Order: sequence, then structure tokens, then C-alpha cells
Amino acid sequence: MNFESTTSSSILESFKVLDLTDEKGMLCGKFLASLGAEVIKIEPLGGDRARNLPPFMNDTPGQEASLYYAGYNTNKKSITLNIETDDGKAIFKRLVKDSDFVIESFSPGYMHKLGLGYLELSAINPRIIMTSITPFGQEGPYSQYKSSDLMCFAMSGLMYLVGDPDGTPLRISVPQTYSLGAAEGFGASMIAHYYRERTGEGQYVDVSIRDSMIKATIGILPECEVNQRVMKRGGAYWVIRHTPNKMLWACKDGWITFRLHGGTFAVATNRELVKWMSEENMATDFMLNVDWEHLDMDEADDEMYKKFEDPVGKFFMSHTRQELFEGALARNIMLLPVSTIEEVANSPQLAFREYWHEAEQPEWGKSIKYPGAFIKASETPCLKTRPAPSIGQHNEEIYKERLEFSNEELALLKAANVI
Amino acid sequence: MQSKALEGVKILDFTWIAAGPLTTIYLAKCGATVVKVESMAKPDGVRTSPPYIKGKAGLSRSMQFSNDNANKLSIAINLKHPKGIEIAGRLVAWADIVAENMRPGAMEKLGLGYEDLKKINPSIIMFRSSFAGQHGPQSRLSVTGTELQGLCGFTILTGYPDRDPIPPWGAYTDLTVPALSVGMLAGALDYKRKTGKGQCLDLAQFEASLHYLSPAILDYFANHRSQTRNGNKCDYAAPHGVFRCKGDDRWCTIAVFTDEEWNAFIMAIGNPPWTSDPKFAGLVERKKNEEELNRHIEEWTMNMSAEEVMNLLQGHGISSGVVETAADLLRDPQVKTRRFLQKLDIGEGETLSHQGLGFQLSKTPYETSTPGPGLGEHTEQVCREILEMPDDEFIELFTSGVFE
Repeated sequence: MNFESTTSSSILESFKVLDLTDEKGMLCGKFLASLGAEVIKIEPLGGDRARNLPPFMNDTPGQEASLYYAGYNTNKKSITLNIETDDGKAIFKRLVKDSDFVIESFSPGYMHKLGLGYLELSAINPRIIMTSITPFGQEGPYSQYKSSDLMCFAMSGLMYLVGDPDGTPLRISVPQTYSLGAAEGFGASMIAHYYRERTGEGQYVDVSIRDSMIKATIGILPECEVNQRVMKRGGAYWVIRHTPNKMLWACKDGWITFRLHGGTFAVATNRELVKWMSEENMATDFMLNVDWEHLDMDEADDEMYKKFEDPVGKFFMSHTRQELFEGALARNIMLLPVSTIEEVANSPQLAFREYWHEAEQPEWGKSIKYPGAFIKASETPCLKTRPAPSIGQHNEEIYKERLEFSNEELALLKAANVI
Repeated sequence: MQSKALEGVKILDFTWIAAGPLTTIYLAKCGATVVKVESMAKPDGVRTSPPYIKGKAGLSRSMQFSNDNANKLSIAINLKHPKGIEIAGRLVAWADIVAENMRPGAMEKLGLGYEDLKKINPSIIMFRSSFAGQHGPQSRLSVTGTELQGLCGFTILTGYPDRDPIPPWGAYTDLTVPALSVGMLAGALDYKRKTGKGQCLDLAQFEASLHYLSPAILDYFANHRSQTRNGNKCDYAAPHGVFRCKGDDRWCTIAVFTDEEWNAFIMAIGNPPWTSDPKFAGLVERKKNEEELNRHIEEWTMNMSAEEVMNLLQGHGISSGVVETAADLLRDPQVKTRRFLQKLDIGEGETLSHQGLGFQLSKTPYETSTPGPGLGEHTEQVCREILEMPDDEFIELFTSGVFE
């Protein structure tokens, strides 16, 4: 099946983005680039500090070897520019004149202090959309807090919900919060873009990484506000109100995720599971006689839940992940295996959909696969992945061809630590 | 009155549960008209999710539903009724976007597949969100974010390396996909406005979510390493963890990345003798002796409230934050400053704080103005105002059960 249209246009073809972000916002520009925008990553002279983040190609640290950077900066160009110098500011402003988006993730107030805040930039180009991605947004008592992924995860309310009930609250081991904030910045910038194209007016977009995360705490805020009940982590269980509801189940060779949902939308899947269990003589009388149409898991007490949990748990333990996944696919049961990253990389579904994009990184002398299109669009498909740029890879193109600096001027700017 | 970014945009919304409604709510809050289609036989599953208004169960009483569906209109249409499909078709003709997150094939079965929609409205944008996409060997399975977070790798990457993994709360992928979907939808709307062309957008929640695991995925493809969970540790920082504080189940994070921060940290905690042990001099040594380091730090945090630890360390320029509970979030001063929570009347004298979006737009601020609609609350309004249906037709359809 051919998923990549050949005669396609891109949504952001001919739009230009200046991307000043560090690890807090890199993913925003990556998505804009995948819609066809020219995204110029403006790096400080020594390169973005995210270039020092592991893991590294061949486990050999180096600024051109960070896989963290490589993953989040595909399809971008790179120039170096010291925006703290007067010449640097002037060059940045020239670029703004001809650009459509500026994305940044500095501490609130930094750009303004340089004379490069939204007011100054919109005076140069009223169409500009400036998007700031910071841990807590531009204003408020925490806005200047020193951030980390760990802290943003904790302050979003999600960490309190992850871990064993009597153990330490946990984060997800691959940093999540900055990427979620950057994705929120992408969504918001595109909404502002729609408005700008309709009216000619740009605007300022203020993203809070923490606010972008809070909705992952599904369910806890209404429950606390209304019933003064503070929900907390339950290890393998999702402890919703009264009843612990198991999410993670052991099987012969690892784990699967499955939840005994009540309510109408789960009737079919519950019946199918019982049918499968009874085919293997593992369904108890209790399971066979449940009135699935009227099962309300919120009413179930621990004792009743055990009557599900014990036989279902035994059934899962008698099978491998692959057997359970295949059975779920054949019978449409809401169950999926807990994959390792290796299994994700080798997923037949992703292969069928031609999800992975292979791209060659010249610095590495080899090509590797990248996550591909985040959505398949029939008319304006996402671009094929191009590898992340090396530091200042496009200095020549931008400074000489676009801004028409002479060799002498460039030498001078280099000597003055501007580029 | 300030203008809204998506004023005039029209959305016919067949989505339900979480990933879909949490996408269309961005559009509704930014000014689009969102008409949510349900039926008495197949209401949005979140309508049966407590807490309820006055503690009484009912399809139009769920507070979580209100939070997830604020600003939307609700029409009840029985899509099994031939006239029901006709009404849906008239709304397709009105809409810019048709959004759905049913099991692939379900819309086709109703006669509302992309080809059907295009016949009614050639420039329609159809947004389809599903777990694995519309095609492929695994595409027909219906699952929720609870299960999908395991398939994607989020679960295997959460917990301690020598213990069982732990699912990251309820349905993590329902959080990872909406903003990406919104970005594409706003772009598709702009493209349609300029070219007159609609399209079909096929979002696989599996595929979109993997972008958040890029470093681990590239590590596999480049180095053949299958990364796994690592507690709260970070390869390039120590201390980097979550520490028990005074009180019942109170915790605070501490993350120290540079020597400068480490020196500030020593100052902040009063320069205790253990900090001058060469075991903790430099990141390499601290990483090597991380367990012991963490024990020393926890002895200090145990005697302070989580807020005291955060305030003190932040005052010294060190990243530290309270592990906030729902109660903490509801009274958090920063959340208040951002006006992230918007209290709305939800009927019978009750109010609920509705969550906002993660951003603010300077010229076209979003608004959370009306609570999630009752099932079919706007059926008559949609028929009269959007479809301009004459009274007698409405009454006839109503009495023949089309709006159930």
C-alpha cells in the first residue's frame, strides 16, 4: 500500500521558522519542519547544549553524536549566532523580518532583556508568531524556577500517581515533560498560524510545560474538588475511587496491559475474554454468570474484584504475550502486550504502515531509522525525514546567499564571536 | 469582545472517551463550533464516569465528561435509523471537519467513511484517530490509552530495572496525541481555506506517541540497545531523585546537574560534614555513590516539609519541586496565576473547576465558557439554527425516534 502521496503539497511550504529552543522546545520546530516549514535552528557559538545529551551514536560522546538531539531536530537547518552581541541582534532582526515564526525556550524575560521580546519583534514584522515554551509560563511565582524534567513531572501531579503505593513516586525514564510542552507549542502555534493567515495578524504564544502535562492526571481533579478524595498511585493497579483496577498483568514471558472496564463499551470485549477462557476450561462459574450489560466497576468491592482477578490472572499466566496478543486481535479483546523498545522497533504494524524513515547522517557514515510521520495526511503528507543538521551547517547558505554577507564581513563577524 | 482564533470553523464530532474529545476541546475553546454526535444507545463512555452532580449517576451528570467536553454542543442522533444518517449527512455538508475515533471500519459501516463524506462535501477534512491507524494487521483492534501505553514502551520504561514495570497512571497516550492532532488540523483548515481542498487525516496514536520516545528508539537503531526503566535516575546528574519529606506521603524532587549547582546545594543544606567526603566530589564520584548520597539527602529532607525543601533549594538556584497531589494543584499559586482552572456552574447549584489548555494566545485568548453538554442538550438548537429545519419536520423526526 502506498501511504506517501507523490504529488503532494505541504501545509507550511514557504513558511520560515527561527528556532532558538534548547531541549525544552526542540520538538515544536521538528513538527513545524515536518509540515514543510524551513526551520532554522539558531545555536549559540558552541552549539546547542542539548547536543551534549545522551545517548550517543556508538556510545561515543560528541556534539555531532547525540541521539537525543538527532531525534528532535530532524528536517531543520542550523546556523550559529550569538544573539547577545549587537551585531548578532541586528542579524537576528533581519532574519525576523522575513520569517513567520520564532520559537524560544529561554527563562522568561531573557528575550525582552536583549531587546528581542515580542513587542520589538512584532514592530519589525507584525505577522510574526512568537512562541515561548517554558516550565511554568511567562508570569507567576514559579516562572523563574530552575527546571528539570523530573520537577515538571512532579509538579504536574502525574508523578504522585505513578509507582507502588508505599514506594517513591516515579517519572517515566525517557524525559517526557519538555516534549509534551513542545508539542503543545506546536498545536498552539498552528492555531495562531490559522488566525494569522486569515487576518494578517501575528501574536504571542505563551506555553507552560507544566500546564500541558496536568491533563495526564485524568480523573483526579474533579474527584478531589467534589469529594475531597486525593487519589494516589497504585503500582500495577489504577486505583479509581474505591476499587483497585488492575492494569498490568504478568503472563508467561512478561506482562500485558488489560483493564476490566465496566459500562456498555466494554461488554463485547469482556464477553469475548470469558468465551476464550471457557474454551480452555478456565472460566469460573462466577465469570460465566456476570451480567456484563450492567457491570459497574465503580460499585465492585475488593472481594468481588478478586473473583475476576484470580481466574483472569491465571488465564494470562498460562499464555505468552504473543499468544495473548494474537488472541486479542482475533477476538477483539482490549488487551495489548507490554513491549520492549526492541519490539516496538520490529512491530509488524509499523512496518506495514511504512512508519520508520531511514535517513543517512553524513557525520556517522551510516543511516539509521527515525520515527516517521506523526499523522498520515492524504493531501499534505509530512515530509520524509532528513537528519538533524551539524552545528552551523547552513551558515554559508543563510549568511552568504540569503543575507548576502561578503567573505570579509563574515570573517569579521567570526572574529568578533558573532557567528 | 476579543476575537477567537478559530471563529467560524465548524466541526462535526463523532469522537468519544478521551483521545478524540481531548483533541476537539482545543478547537472548541479557541472558538470553533463543535457539534458532538452521540445517541442514547451509544453515549460517550465518559458520561458514566463519576463523580456525578449531587452524587447521582446519570448520562448528563458526569463531571469528568463536563471537563473534557466544555464549550461543545451535543446532538443525539440514532445512526441506526435511516433518517438519522440523513441528518448526519446534512451536518457533514455544513462542517469543515468531521472527527472520529471509532474502531477502523465502523464509520464505513455507518455509511460515513471518507468516500461517503466526500460525496456530500468534497472539501471535507476527515480526522480519524485510532490506536494503530486505519490499515494494517493490527488496525482492527479497539483499545484505550491504558493498553496502548504498554504497547508503545512507556510502561517498560517506568519503574526500577530489577522490578516489574509500572504503568504511568491511566491512559498516558491520551495525553501525547491531542496537541499534535490539533496542529495538523489547524494546518489542514488553513490549506482548505486557501485551496478549497479537504483531505483525510489518519492518526495512529501508536505512531504519534513514539515521537516522545525518540532518544530510546534511536538508541536501539544506532546502538542496538533496548533501553529500560531506571527509577528516577538520570545518566548525567546526581543527586537526581525524589525524596521523602515531613508529613504523610509527602515528597520533593531534587536535581543537580553542574558543579556550580552542587556547591549551591551544599550551601543550601548547611554544609554538613558528609558533603566534604571525596566520595561526593564531582559528578563521577556522586554517580558511583548515588545510593549513599540519596540516603544522606533524605535524612535532611525528612525533617522538612516538601514546600520548605522546594523554596529553599529554588532560592539557591537548584531544580526542586513538590510532588503535587490533586489537592496541591487545586490550591497551587502558579496554577491560579495562569488561571488554568476555570470554575463553571454545572447545574443544581454545583460548580466545577474545568482544566484549561497549556498555552495562552495574546490576541485570541481561549475561553472555557460552557460546561460539557447534556446528552442531546442542543439537538433542537442544532436542527433549527444550523440545519434550518422547519418545525413540522423536526417534530416528525423527533416523534419517530431519530433523536434518541
